[in-house]
This record gives sequence, structure tokens and C-alpha cells, in this order.
Amino acid sequence: MSDKVKMVQPPPGVAGEGFYLTNVDKVVGLARANSLWPLPFATSCCGIEYMATMASTYDFARFGTERLSFSPRQADMLLVMGTIAKKMGPILRNVYEQMSEPRWVIAVGACASSGGVFDTYSVLQGIDKVIPVDVYVPGCPPRPEQILDGIMKLQEMVKTEPFGRRNSPEYKAMLATYGITVN
Amino acid sequence: MGEIVVKSIEEKYAELIRQRENEDGSELSILNLGPTHPATHGIFQNVLLMDGEKIVDAEQTVGYIHRAFEKIAENRPFYQITPLTDRMNYCSSPINNMGWWLTVEKLLGVEVPKRAQYLRVIMMELARIADHLICNSILAVDSGAFTGFLYIFQYREKIYEIFEEMCGARLTTNMGRIGGMERDLSDTGFRKLHAFMKDYPAALKEFEALVSRNRIFMDRCVNVGGIPADRAITYGFTGPNLRAAGVDYDVRKAAPYSSYEDFEFDVPVGKTGDTYDRFCVRNAEMWQSLRILEQAIAKLPEGPYHADVPDYYLPPKEEVYTSMEALIYHFKIVMGEVPVPKGEVYQAVEGGNGELGFYLISDGSRVPYRLHFRRPCFIYYQAYTEMIKGTYLSDAILIMSSMNVIAGELDA
Amino acid sequence: MLEYSTIQEQLSAKFAEAVKDFTEPYGFLTFEVDRNKLVDVMQYLRDNETMRFNFLTTLCGVHYPDNEVERQFAVVYHMHNWIDNVRIRIKVFLNGQNPEVETATSLFESANWQERETYDFYGIIFTGHPDLKRILNMDEMVSFPMRKEFPLEDADRTDKDDRYFGRIPQNTNMN
Repeated sequence: MSDKVKMVQPPPGVAGEGFYLTNVDKVVGLARANSLWPLPFATSCCGIEYMATMASTYDFARFGTERLSFSPRQADMLLVMGTIAKKMGPILRNVYEQMSEPRWVIAVGACASSGGVFDTYSVLQGIDKVIPVDVYVPGCPPRPEQILDGIMKLQEMVKTEPFGRRNSPEYKAMLATYGITVN
Repeated sequence: MGEIVVKSIEEKYAELIRQRENEDGSELSILNLGPTHPATHGIFQNVLLMDGEKIVDAEQTVGYIHRAFEKIAENRPFYQITPLTDRMNYCSSPINNMGWWLTVEKLLGVEVPKRAQYLRVIMMELARIADHLICNSILAVDSGAFTGFLYIFQYREKIYEIFEEMCGARLTTNMGRIGGMERDLSDTGFRKLHAFMKDYPAALKEFEALVSRNRIFMDRCVNVGGIPADRAITYGFTGPNLRAAGVDYDVRKAAPYSSYEDFEFDVPVGKTGDTYDRFCVRNAEMWQSLRILEQAIAKLPEGPYHADVPDYYLPPKEEVYTSMEALIYHFKIVMGEVPVPKGEVYQAVEGGNGELGFYLISDGSRVPYRLHFRRPCFIYYQAYTEMIKGTYLSDAILIMSSMNVIAGELDA
Repeated sequence: MLEYSTIQEQLSAKFAEAVKDFTEPYGFLTFEVDRNKLVDVMQYLRDNETMRFNFLTTLCGVHYPDNEVERQFAVVYHMHNWIDNVRIRIKVFLNGQNPEVETATSLFESANWQERETYDFYGIIFTGHPDLKRILNMDEMVSFPMRKEFPLEDADRTDKDDRYFGRIPQNTNMN
């Protein structure tokens, strides 16, 4: 094995004979960050750049996103790629609500982030009008390297996320601003 | 926000279900092949009325990515409409761009020099290869063969590199200017083009060896989703889908544009219009595109890469900073205050999916009065209901894949 | 070789006053048809042995709000004869208050969705259409967005400041 391969470092902690003492947050965060299963919600041109990211040259399976899940129940992160029209808004919302916690959303491309080039009556000016977004990847379409950068930023966020965040009142209040109730 | 559109179709089918009862006591069911589905390439919805696994009827809903291109085009000067045309059939954007420039040049009466025309042909044929490459490899993926996709997608990266040399972007290229191209293809571009021409035929042959005579692939595709030629013509089919049905209509031969008449190439046709024929026609078209590319590269003439139309073509930056006329032309072009005659034109090019037409009505102002895109995907997708009646659900997926329906072009 | 003059003579002979205003902008024969004779003219063009226009290339609508009321909407059909490789353009002008014309789906199946699109954008009613409802916009929409008076941008958008787009807050057209 060459020394160019970057191994995932264990979180800081105390090692002993047959045990390792660290925080649950960090271990769980590490595990989640390196095995994010995406739900590719590809609507238009950014979807083709996503296919290029998935193919051999840019290969995002190395980041742990090996298994694409088209079922929201089995996915961790929702990659919204492409223009979302107002007709599609309720469906995007439906898919987001079916995902189970913890879930993250990456808005790939200018159209998903803010409506992009299409400042028209029929296009949703950014998916953050309907669902909460964690990472925005600008570009029209973003290069595969940018999409990978977005995934890496999300991995940093996942590693440092506090354990009880999803049950906290602030999170629930944030979801309530979108009209999403968590039971 | 509105309701998700399934209710009204369900009511329509509920009647049919009540009326019909099978002998073994089972009844018809409704399946929503909804907008988000892994196998549909792009977002369109089909509500299927199924008898077990067989499809009895289908109703389609499109418009989930309607971006109002035609309305936007009424508010933008010509140079700002090219990025819109990119995003129609985004798998082969240079073809859309060149089609748009040909329309504008017809309206303005601009003559494009030979070198620019040949460069345009090179870019368009590379885009056609890229488009058919995606369609065929994804058809293989849908029938279960992932390897072909991975092997051949690398060559799409190589085509992207050539596009980057020409215009700076990979996918949505915004290529070309009124009267020619924005720059000559650099030496690196030519080197990459020659490398592509050397490597790609072997890769395409490998892909065909993997998939074309594969027993499973042929069982899934032969005699699935056929459409006879007369139905195809009345449904408005053009492009590879029509040629698979046996009609050899190709805009490049019928109304040659941009020096296509200088090149020798065949128009491959199929027999029955089924999925396998569409796959084979696209493969054969890739070989013909390679043939055109060889001829275009060999016969590429010297000369200017753009027409001498200072009214419409941006002057070089050095002149803008030093010469007064160049500064004024630059300002007028960027602001869109260019002389535009009144009139209406229709120009068609052979897109990756068929006849891509642009109908432009100009009233002399700097934005079009009306711009209508004749989008081949929108027109031939209507026939999908007829093509899947009586087939199985998995066949319906393959039929949609092989028709190469691209959502951006469908909804525009 | 089918010439434009032949087409013009035969059409004028058969339909007299219903076809008029033959012009050739950019070398493309364009003429106008009365709206109640449209399907007859298209059928003649499709079925007659000299004409043989077997393909409907496209159909679209145009809005002319500045014209007189009888001519405020136009539906433009492009037809193509594949055998002799000839194209023509047919225009039908419709009343601005209630634009109605007969459907072409009985002749060409491809007109089905294109007429729905024209209805969706302009509100032009195609009588006899099997299923005339909106296709690209949302079903609940009441207005017809491609009409000239309808603004391009969404009036409710909050994140864009119109001053930076060169538009005053009422979202009017720049030109």
C-alpha cells in the first residue's frame, strides 16, 4: 500500500488494552460521514454532471456513497440536482418527508440553490423554499470536482454534528418554519 | 403549492376497473410510475393501468421541469438566448447552440466562412456521439449491464475536454457566435481530437461486443416497443426513433446546413422500430459521425473562423481598448442594440433526437417577438402510450430508455 | 419538382377566398387561411397527389395584442412534404376575446400535445380535441402565461431585488 492513500483517522481519545475511550458523537459522526447513501434527485443538466461524478473518472464511490438509493427510506442524503419547478415542489417535499433522520440535503447547481438562470413564473427560486438545505453547490452545472467538494463539506458537517441535534427544540422549530412537523 | 397530479387520473381509471373483471377474480390495478423513479431519465409521470404485470393503458403527465424558455426568450437579446438553448437537450448542447446561430444568421443574412462551418460540424458530430453514447449505455444499465456504462463514459470525459478547449465549459457549452465561432480550436484541442479519433473506435467496438449480441440484452429488446412507420410519421417522429422504423429522413440530408453537403455519410435505418433497432441505429450513427469527423478534420480549410460582421461579432479586446469604432461596436453588441430586420424564419437542424426546429419572429427590436422551439422529444413522447400498451412493466422502462427522452427538451 | 407557384395556384383554385396573403419571407411560402377552412386545407395538402404534405412539423401560437380584435391570436402550422422536400407555413388568425379553431388531431396525431401546449400558453380553444387541458404548467393555473400582458418573473419572489435587474418593481418588460 503506498503512503499516498489517506486513511481515516480515529477521533481523539484514549486507547487501552482492548478498548478505546472517546465520545459517542465522534464515533457515530465518523461512521455516518464515511457512509452517506445518496438519493439522486436528478432533474436536469446537473444530473448529467452527477452521472459523470459517479462514473470512473471522478468516482464518488470512494467517499462512501457507493450505494445509490432511490428509495427515500434507505437514503441519508438527498442530492437535488437540477431545476425544481413549482409543479415538482410538492413531490420534492414528499420525498424529503419520507426520509428518516438523520438526513441531509445538498442543493447541487444554481437552479436548486436559487432558481439559477430561470427567473420565471414556473420555477421555484431555490429549493430552500420548501425543504431545509445543508450544503449549496453553485455552478451551472458545477464541475464534478465541485460536487465532490460539496460532499466533503457535508462530511465535515456530519462528523461534527452533536448527537442529540435532531431531537432538539431548535431543530424542530426550524423544521416548523418549513411546515414539516416531526412526530 | 398544488396537489400531486394523480387523483384525476385515478378517478378515470376507477371507472374502467369497476367495469372489467378478470375470469380468475383479479382486477386491474393502478400503478404510479411517478416523477421520481430511478429508471425514468428525467421527471415525467406515467399513471399505468395494469392487469397484473401487463400494461393496459397509460396516461402521462409532463411539465415537472417547465422552465418557460419561450417566455424568457421574448425578453433576451440574441446572445443571451444561447444559454437557454444549451439547456434543452443538455446531452448534446453544441447542436442546439449551432441550430440557434443558424436561425439568427438566416434572419440577419450573415454568411459563415468555410472554416467556421467545418469547426461547427466537428463540434456537432462530437455532441451527437456524446448524446448517443449516453442513451445506449443507459439503455444497457436499465437492462442490468452496468459495465458498458462505466467503460464508455470515459469517452464522454474526453469529448468534454475538447469542448472545454473550444468554449470553456463541459456540458452547457454556449458555443459559437453570430457568424462563426468565438475562437479557433487550439493546438491542444486538435491534439485531444486526434487522440479521441484514435481511441474511440476501439472502445465503441468493445461496447458493441459486450452488449449488441448479448443474449440477455437481445431477449429484452428485440420485438419490444415497436412502432410502424406510418404511425411514427403521424406522431411526428424524427431522428433515430423514426429511422429505426425504416424511414430515412435526416435533416442533414434533406436540408443540408453548415456544409454537411460536403461530407459523405450514410443514414442508417432499422426495420421494425423496436427497442433493439433504436439501439442499433444509434450505434450505427455513432460510426457515421466518426466518418464525418474524419472527413471534416482532414479537409479543414484555412481561413477566418468568423465572418466579418462587426455589427454582430464582438471585436477583439485589444481593438476595443485602442480603436473608437471597435469600442462603439462592442458597446452596442453587449447592450443588444444591433440592427435586426423584421421577418420570420424557420431553421431546423438534426439534433440528437430528431429535427430540432427554431421558429423566430422578429419585429426589428433587439429581442425576438416570438421564439418557438420545435422540440423533438416533446412531439414523439406522445406515442409512448401507444408503444407500451400490452407490454410488461419492465419493457415499458426499456422503451422509455431507448426513446432517449430528455426532460429538459420535453418541457422547455 | 413541386414549385411554390403550383401550390399557390392549386390552393387558390380549390379554396378561393379562404386562402390569401401568399408571401415568401426568406424563401419560405407562407399564407393565411380562414379559421373555419383550416382542417379542409390541411387535409387537401396531406391527401392530394400533387401536394403530399405528409408531415406536420410544428404548430405554435402567437399573440399580437396590438392588432385589431379579429386578428389578435395566430396559430402557425409548418408542414413538410418529404417526397418532394418542400416546406410551407400556414397561419390562422383568431379573435382576441374568444380564440377558437378546429383541432388538427384528426389529421396528425402529433398535433395533440402541441395544441395542448398552445392552449396552455395562450388559451386558444381547439374544438374537437380529445383531451384539451394544460400540459406544461400547473393544472390550477388560471392565467395564460405566454400572453404578452403576463409578466415573466414570479411576482411573489422575495430574494431578488428588481433594482439590480434593471427593472422597476412592477416587473414590466424592458423593451
